[in-house]
Amino acid sequence: MSNPFSEQETQSLLILVGMIIPASEEFGVPGADDETIFADILKSASPHHSTLAGMLAVLDAEGGDDIAQTLRQSQPSGTALLEKLTVESYYRDDRVMRSLDMETRPPFPKGFDLDQGDMSLLDPVRDRPVFYRKQHDPGE
Amino acid sequence: MTEEPVDVLIIGAGASGAAVAWSLADTRMRIVCLEQGGTSNPSDFPSAGRDWEARRSSDFSISPNQRKRPTDYPIAEDNSPIKIVNFNGVGGSTVMFAGQFPRFHPSDFRVKSLDGVADDWPVDYATLEPFFEQNDRMMGVSGLAGDPAYPPKGHDHMPPLPLGKAGQAVARGFNKQGWHWWPADVAINSVAYDGRDKCINLGACISGCAQGAKASVDVSYWPHALRAGVELRTHCRVREITVGDDGMATGAIYYDQDDTEQIIKAHVVIMASNGVGTPRLLLNSKSKAFPDGLANSSGLVGKNLMLHPYAGIQGIFEEELDGYKGPHKGIQSQEFYETDLSRGFVRGYTYELSRGSGPVNTALTGLSKGRIPWGANHHGAFRKMYNRTTSIFAVCEDLPEEHNTVTLDASLTDGHGIPAPKIDYTLSDNSRKMLDHALARGSEVLRAAGATDILTTAPLQMAGWHLMGTARMGTDPQRSVVNEWGRSHDVKNLFIVDGSIFVTSAGVNPTSTLQALALYIADQMKQRLANLFD
Ligand SMILES: Cc1cc2nc3c(=O)[nH]c(=O)nc-3n(C[C@H](O)[C@H](O)[C@H](O)COP(=O)(O)OP(=O)(O)OC[C@H]3O[C@@H](n4cnc5c(N)ncnc54)[C@H](O)[C@@H]3O)c2cc1C
Ligand code: SF4
Repeated sequence: MSNPFSEQETQSLLILVGMIIPASEEFGVPGADDETIFADILKSASPHHSTLAGMLAVLDAEGGDDIAQTLRQSQPSGTALLEKLTVESYYRDDRVMRSLDMETRPPFPKGFDLDQGDMSLLDPVRDRPVFYRKQHDPGE
Repeated sequence: MTEEPVDVLIIGAGASGAAVAWSLADTRMRIVCLEQGGTSNPSDFPSAGRDWEARRSSDFSISPNQRKRPTDYPIAEDNSPIKIVNFNGVGGSTVMFAGQFPRFHPSDFRVKSLDGVADDWPVDYATLEPFFEQNDRMMGVSGLAGDPAYPPKGHDHMPPLPLGKAGQAVARGFNKQGWHWWPADVAINSVAYDGRDKCINLGACISGCAQGAKASVDVSYWPHALRAGVELRTHCRVREITVGDDGMATGAIYYDQDDTEQIIKAHVVIMASNGVGTPRLLLNSKSKAFPDGLANSSGLVGKNLMLHPYAGIQGIFEEELDGYKGPHKGIQSQEFYETDLSRGFVRGYTYELSRGSGPVNTALTGLSKGRIPWGANHHGAFRKMYNRTTSIFAVCEDLPEEHNTVTLDASLTDGHGIPAPKIDYTLSDNSRKMLDHALARGSEVLRAAGATDILTTAPLQMAGWHLMGTARMGTDPQRSVVNEWGRSHDVKNLFIVDGSIFVTSAGVNPTSTLQALALYIADQMKQRLANLFD
């Protein structure tokens, strides 16, 4: 699907996603406005063009200092959608995943290991008498 | 086109339809199951791709209204704080279920006698026990014998699923409080079983298990039923059940995979379309003899909808937990299961572990709950939550109330123009008190487990996964839709085997009991074959 957003809408989105997740030197990660990540966001945003364009129009009209606050109050569903699309693309980027010590692969087919756990934790419960309620003893 | 009548027509290839099909197959009758959806290909499941979390809100959403596949039907649910979730395809909602597999307790079948509310069931635990056993063997259940909250179970489980770090942390919390917990019965292979491999901790159970370790019925029951000769027709959506002049069901009208209208004749019709799909279909099957919908002389078709309100309690820990790795389920607590009126409500609930979240889900929770901001502080706040959260959910018993309903929407239809179901549901005062109790005690246990911050939600919105009560069973035709072995009071060759027939909901997930009941009804049918319609 080709990009349905106008140049101005694309610019506004770029600024917004960069506000949601900016790059960080401290954590060594790009922002959501990184070229590759933003291209991915735009791709998944395309089917939602009308919702997001509507949100941007309101933002242009209302402006305000605290953009996050303005958007959340006046456009809650559009804002939630933009946040969702942003984090979905951001947290599947190789660089971001590596910074979180994630392997850059889908879960299947390799899977993961899980700690079997210490079953002696059950000891106090094993010591407990049976306590299910008998069906013929009202009030028991 | 019409064909020779089949012996048994089953509508719906989910948990109950698969069980009843398999059980009846040994009669050598001609059995056809019509299913509106298709067969899933595990390699298409999200966990095989990098976008696995994103697909949970598109083609693998648990909400049919969000998923919007051609095989789904829309649901009008603005009048319910809890939204319906399901899956429409071979395997039914078990394709997406989490696999938590507790049985009802013996006391759950005697709610009226014990607590003076709702109604007793016309069957009891002892009657269903052999069918619980049979069902556990067919599905494959991991767990651990000896739970003091239950009567002994008569079969060997597979070993329990790993506790993981999250399970251990929460278990320590329960121990500190002196409260019950136990490894849950879960329909997930901890070792290879019945030709299916063991769980490899993909952490995506509710988007379909690509490994085949979870016993969704498309990989557990259906291969056996098909081998035994049952015919399964996919992409066949039933519009209505047809009836003859004698008031007996004659079969169904359905749309096949080419959207062509078809008629199938049958000697026996079994509804297995779930607690929303079945009342919808019965209400859509109006005729001169049944102007209010089929099998509805009691007026109770679509009434008494029970959904299990859920309370969600999430703890943020300083220690690293499992994150998204591992099956969602693992341990449960039934400390508050049975009635104690000093708590301010009747009946009770089960806590079940909900292990952890992937990065997308973590970020979205943090953003929506005010724990992760926009801007430079996003990263630090995210890292405080990522891999460091775990949750417990309280499954609260929902009591039947006639004003909680499935009806037909006046204008909404599915892709074939068939009227869609409409949900009207309100939380009762009892449920609210139970939810509040569960949030308070759940917060205590997670703090005892070491959580430094707690996030709570009740009721969980996207959690109408347990659909019960809308065609209840009973011995009185004026107060129930089917009799004590699943046969309609009004139409003697029409049976219902899904969650619609539940009399009460108990405080546990329903599928183990729902399938045991379906196997019991199949067994009753087999025993009565000579005089099934008397
Ligand atoms: C996300 C999720 C998590 C869950 N987790 C758990 C859990 O951990 N433990 C638990 O016990 N339960 C869980 N459940 C619930 C469990 O899946 C259901 O209780 C169970 O599948 C219900 O079985 P059923 O046979 O009544 O209906 P379903 O399994 O829903 O099957 C009904 C079938 O009927 C078909 N159908 C409906 N109408 C028509 C029609 N007109 N024509 C043709 N076909 C039709 C549908 O397509 C569907 O395949 C979960 C459900 C979901 C969605
Ligand atoms: S965690 Fe286990 S059951 Fe769940 S999807 Fe992965 S392999 Fe399947």
